[in-house]
Amino acid sequence: MSARDRILARLRQRTDGQLVPPPSDFSVMTGRAWTPSERLARFEQLMTTAHARVVHTSMDAWTSALREVLHETGVKRLALGRDHEVARQAREALSGSDIALVDADRAVESWQAELFHRVDAGLTSCRGAIAETGSLWLWPTPDEPRLLSLVPPLHLAILDAATLEDTFFEVVERHGWTERMPGNALLISGPSKTADIAQVLAYGVHGPRDLVVLVRH
Amino acid sequence: MSVETYTPQRFHEQAHDALGNAQIRDNFRSAMDGLMAKRQESFAQWDLPRLRELGASIRQRALASLPDLLEQLETRCEANGIHVHWAEDSEQACRLIRELCQSRNAQSVIKGKSMVSEEMHLNEHLEEAGISSLESDLGEYLLQLNEQTPSHIIMPAIHLNADQIADILHDKTGIERTEDVDLMTGAARQQLRERFMQADVGISGVNFAVAETGTLCLVENEGNGRMTTGVPPVHIAVTGIEKVVEQLRDVPPLYALLTRSATGQQATTYLNMISGPRGDAEHDGPSEVHLVLVDNGRSTIYQDDQLVDTLRCIRCGACMNHCPVYTRVGGHSYGTTYPGPIGSILMPHLQGLEATRELPSASSLCGACGEVCPVKIPIPDLLVRLRQEAVGEGRGNVAGAGVKRRRSEVAAWKGWQWLATHPAAWRGATALAGPLRGLTPSRLGPWTEHRSAPKPAPRTLHAMLKRRHRGGTSS
Amino acid sequence: MDAIKCYPPKPAKVYFYGTCLIDVLYPEAGMDAIRLLEREGIEVVFPDDQTCCGQPAYTSGYQTEARAVAEAQLELFPEPWPIVVPSGSCGGMMRTHYPSLFTGTPSEARARELAGRVFELTEFLVHVCHLRLEDKGAPQVVAMHTSCSARREMGLADTGPALLTQLSSVELVEQARATECCGFGGTFAVRHGEVSGAMVEDKRRAIEATGAECFVTSDCGCLMNIDGRLERCGSAVRGEHIASYLWRRSA
Repeated sequence: MSARDRILARLRQRTDGQLVPPPSDFSVMTGRAWTPSERLARFEQLMTTAHARVVHTSMDAWTSALREVLHETGVKRLALGRDHEVARQAREALSGSDIALVDADRAVESWQAELFHRVDAGLTSCRGAIAETGSLWLWPTPDEPRLLSLVPPLHLAILDAATLEDTFFEVVERHGWTERMPGNALLISGPSKTADIAQVLAYGVHGPRDLVVLVRH
Repeated sequence: MSVETYTPQRFHEQAHDALGNAQIRDNFRSAMDGLMAKRQESFAQWDLPRLRELGASIRQRALASLPDLLEQLETRCEANGIHVHWAEDSEQACRLIRELCQSRNAQSVIKGKSMVSEEMHLNEHLEEAGISSLESDLGEYLLQLNEQTPSHIIMPAIHLNADQIADILHDKTGIERTEDVDLMTGAARQQLRERFMQADVGISGVNFAVAETGTLCLVENEGNGRMTTGVPPVHIAVTGIEKVVEQLRDVPPLYALLTRSATGQQATTYLNMISGPRGDAEHDGPSEVHLVLVDNGRSTIYQDDQLVDTLRCIRCGACMNHCPVYTRVGGHSYGTTYPGPIGSILMPHLQGLEATRELPSASSLCGACGEVCPVKIPIPDLLVRLRQEAVGEGRGNVAGAGVKRRRSEVAAWKGWQWLATHPAAWRGATALAGPLRGLTPSRLGPWTEHRSAPKPAPRTLHAMLKRRHRGGTSS
Repeated sequence: MDAIKCYPPKPAKVYFYGTCLIDVLYPEAGMDAIRLLEREGIEVVFPDDQTCCGQPAYTSGYQTEARAVAEAQLELFPEPWPIVVPSGSCGGMMRTHYPSLFTGTPSEARARELAGRVFELTEFLVHVCHLRLEDKGAPQVVAMHTSCSARREMGLADTGPALLTQLSSVELVEQARATECCGFGGTFAVRHGEVSGAMVEDKRRAIEATGAECFVTSDCGCLMNIDGRLERCGSAVRGEHIASYLWRRSA
């Protein structure tokens, strides 16, 4: 018998017999009943507390807001995708500027050192966000790979206000995550942080030191 | 690698040292005070009893069909391209992981935080095989540099002060000495980034493994977990078999309970849900993902209707944060991978009661642990159960059962039982306590080290009421 | 406690379970508890054959011995009257642990029935007697330590303070970390004497730091522990059972 079979056999031949599962009442996870403005306020408050910055902009003017943020943060080299509407508009708005656009949609092996050492910021879209916890919801794609939101010192996330929902539970349920889980699904609730040294909060321990969320209304 | 050794057998000596160490006392007290306050605040808007009830039911439901869920997890993971391996004990698990590394000519492993790998002593095993294994969680990294073990499951380096960490980083990595936390963190970032890029294999733990979708959930703040599982070409996730949950919808409640119970956060910085290796079209992520399911005593705990509750644990650390004993003696005193109340109910199964005999009694049964446990593990009842097992009064299905049975102690309890079931004799004996109170020794072992000896009253309540009754007053 | 307890109307008679610590060390506290109940017009019946609830053996792992002793107590309360216990610890043992201790034995039903009419003293005074107290004492600052079993096993964090705050000249102050264990824990105080000693020392400091002139508690284990520490340190602050304090102030 294999280790697998022996473990499963021990679990199946349980001395005290079959356990009876209790019912689960999930209602505590729903019914927040926040208005859109309450939802947004909560999201912003939690994000800000977590040391992230929230910038409000419009669907039309967001690329100017992006340019401003890039200017303020001194970003010279921005990694981004190509196909997503966010990446397309950003590329269009930034072409001809002094900011170098670094393609993120290529095998990481071909540019790993560049990604780790010579990129100032990564730009991604977001599938949505969660008000209760102040979290962004990202499903990395070939266009916006897993490490784009992690390795550069600044993560710029473009969020549509309309995609903000109340709770993680509702996001999982309403968007049918169960049927379509990607290879990697992420919730991001601030920049990388640690309190492992004397309980003092320090940011950017492994991932981004800064997270800026541009909320498009 | 020589790691500073603490053992559960030496609990008393280790606790004695900790109690006399002002830094340990201050660090744990202030950290635990902060964590308790933050936890309470973070649940303020929740119907916590109902949320805990839900959390408990999710874990109980998972355990009720554990073998089926493990098989489903395996099937779903394999369908997603995640290879699943099974290990009956630490040794098998270590060997399996070492062989996976060796077959890929791995020289260098980078690790995310994983308590089960601590339980298995995986680092030592890999080092012996000539494979370097580096912890990447900042606290764990510092401890590895300092050749120490974690003193808390969530805040592993809580026993160290900034000046000690400054020394460690300066002495072991050669950076200029600084006590500035941002500079120290920045230095560690630089050092570890290189190692992430060079690592052949990343090894992580798992917080929840979802059977329904074949998804591995990792909860973290630092991002080292995402680095570990995203940068090296091979990712090996290692987890205890009890970490499985049935459905994806079970994850949000457990995540809500875990982050708030652990550190009082509404959410950690990252919830990283992995359901497969790099896809055909993808440009990053590991090309191979392995899941190692470790039993290591869990299937034995599983057999018993009471003890099985131990396996509900989601490793939040709230029981230790709220434990008045842990707060005073710190994590190292326990001498086990998992310290505090959860360690005292788990370690006897992993190491046997012979080695861990002091742990179940190292609690005043104040109930603070059970009160805060997010999945409602009745920790005090389990401590009592293990005390029974230790003195040979339980069901005898814990390794080392009966190890604390002493003929003299049994005789003393039998004598007490006889007296307490013979009321006239009891009244006679207790009535003597008062008149003989002058003979009460002023020193009663450990009690009078710290307190005055209690003095029997001149007359017992029984005697006072009898006298009152005779005097004609109603009673 | 998860379930909300339904309290009966004030009865004509109650049983009083004195507990072994009160019997031998603090009998006046037992007498004062009885006096408080009698003043409410309740006849108090003290079964003479009571000894110990069995908890010391139970928490030490000697379940067989604990069950034998508990079994003897089960026989003492034949009438359906409430059983009042001036201790959260013994009360918790009888209410919470008796049912599980007798599960699967012929006494199970009797243990459950008994558990259902066990009340801790302050709980009974507040929720059943709806006690109103008239304070006849001088102004005093007092701290209260609620035992962990009263607080967590029986869910009675509020009943002691509810009684003390009725005393008009008494200022009830709360010590830092009021919910933390004093370090007694029965045999824990002996088996892990050093850790227990560190815990009771912290409790002493917390109580003294409030400026309280005295402290009260509803459990004699905690009383013996904390008061023993205060006495050992030569403190001016001393402790007593809440029953004695309430009786003295209102008699």
